[in-house]
Amino acid sequence: MAIIDPRHAAKQLIYERIFRSATLSAAVLVLLILGGVAVSLVRGAWPALSHFGFSFVSREIWNPVTDQFGALAPIYGTVVTSAIAMLLAVPAGFGIALFLTEMCPPLLKRPIGVAVELLAAVPSIIFGIWGLFVLAPVLQRHVQPWLIAHLGHAPFIGGLFKGPPYGIGILTAGVVLAIMVLPFIAATMRDVFDTVPPMLKESGYGLGATTWEVIWNVVVPHSRVGIVGGIMLGLGRALGETMAVTFVIGNAHRISSSLLAPGTTISSAIANEFTEAVGDLYTSSLIALGLLLFFITFTVIAAAQAMLRRLERRGAAGL
Amino acid sequence: MNRRLFRKVKNGVFLLLSMIATMIGLACLAAILWTLISHGFAGMSSHLFTQMTPPPGSQGGLLNAIYGSAVMTLLGILIGSPIGVLAGTYLAEYGRNSKLSTAIRFINDVLLSAPSIIIGLFVYEIVVVRMGHFSAIAGALALAILAIPVTLRTTEDMLNLVPIGMKDSSAALGAYPWRTTLSVLYPAARSGIVTGLLLAIARISGETAPLLFTALNNQFWSTNLNAPMANLPVVIFQFALSPYKEWQDLAWAGALIITVTILVLSISARVLLAMLQNERGSGR
Repeated sequence: MAIIDPRHAAKQLIYERIFRSATLSAAVLVLLILGGVAVSLVRGAWPALSHFGFSFVSREIWNPVTDQFGALAPIYGTVVTSAIAMLLAVPAGFGIALFLTEMCPPLLKRPIGVAVELLAAVPSIIFGIWGLFVLAPVLQRHVQPWLIAHLGHAPFIGGLFKGPPYGIGILTAGVVLAIMVLPFIAATMRDVFDTVPPMLKESGYGLGATTWEVIWNVVVPHSRVGIVGGIMLGLGRALGETMAVTFVIGNAHRISSSLLAPGTTISSAIANEFTEAVGDLYTSSLIALGLLLFFITFTVIAAAQAMLRRLERRGAAGL
Repeated sequence: MNRRLFRKVKNGVFLLLSMIATMIGLACLAAILWTLISHGFAGMSSHLFTQMTPPPGSQGGLLNAIYGSAVMTLLGILIGSPIGVLAGTYLAEYGRNSKLSTAIRFINDVLLSAPSIIIGLFVYEIVVVRMGHFSAIAGALALAILAIPVTLRTTEDMLNLVPIGMKDSSAALGAYPWRTTLSVLYPAARSGIVTGLLLAIARISGETAPLLFTALNNQFWSTNLNAPMANLPVVIFQFALSPYKEWQDLAWAGALIITVTILVLSISARVLLAMLQNERGSGR
């Protein structure tokens, strides 16, 4: 018969309580961090928000000398660069995911998958320095002159490709962002495609469908929610990406109709100006930009996570 | 017949396009690595690891920046990973299905992909403003906050992979959950948790944005945690955008060092994980 020492048991219980509360407080800390971020940003942004009111997000002016600040140019830059990035990265990411799940020889599947994931591990400052010294000159010499010559006079979209080829600017930032988010989108889509039950696909093939028809009519509808979730996860990255954009955007606080012109984004404006900002209103305006970015990315990422979770639950229920 | 041909052609076109997309993705990785290697080796010199960052227009090294990055990354991991591991333990062992855990999992995934510059602003507000100056400890805190979600996620996943029988056996011996966790679960999930740590180190050692206004930069050798400290990412940022040839060369050399470090860390994490899966597979 086992001998239970009551003192030993009591000590065990105390250890158990200590350990449990340690893990619980660590877990709650995660919630507190997010709450703390929101509170401290609102507090830091308050002077600017109360001073400018709604006009903070509707004005283009950004003048540290006269203490006039409006966030329209950075918001515009953030939205447009991210839109370009998604326009390029979503089809490419879809293609990579399709190649990896449906076409790739099994021997190459792992190396290529790992290579794509390694691209995701490269830090953003590397993309920035590469974009500035390698990509921007290439775009300036070869791509942008072509765009200006061929699309500059086209109806409707002509205005987007006017002006001199600077090399750096909104378009270049969009391209760098596209390369950065490509691995995230490709990896998420591949994982989502892998969840499609083989039997569904085999049924398609059994009816005589081609590979593309199976993908478009079976795989895509089945994994729609996950695809959108993956795209939005990539979008969240693109919206908040800082260093890669800061190198190649040109940092001009203005909205220009041409995509070839320099611009600014929320994150690059903060990265560039924060340590040099003098005056409370200037600093506060930059923090207000951070608050805007926080809300935009939080909404996008939260929606993405909610979608991917729904998919996971459905996958679990289907087993 | 015609329709069949059309379907075949359409199939071929789309499959070709997806092949091209894959090649473009791989080409980007190759192009970035090639640029880094060719420019980085040009900037490599024996001074790199022995001298401080130079003033404009003269030769120098990156010793203070490498040291600063190592110190802040290490501190960030030392602060962040215990929190991540403990929180992951709570999610996997104690509050598996509670509402609180669901919320924490969700918030953690949001933090995992939240822009790091926001974390920089947060630490600036709560540490730098209070202390009145930039400091290495503020930088380390920002990195710690970025390390938490990575370690939390992997710890929870890895603890969930531990066979339930091991947990039950321990409980049947009369062990409390804390003893089971420390003596059975952590050892069983050890390589998985280490993988999480490696991924977290890889994630934070290249971060630039959160250090810009927490640790700032320092031209000189400094071991004072309460003062601004040089670090590789911010040095690369400043030097690459400067007009001086010597500074740009150093920036490339620094970029090569960071990328090689991170790729080695990510690959070792993957190898460790693959070994773990093999072990599991053959153990069945």
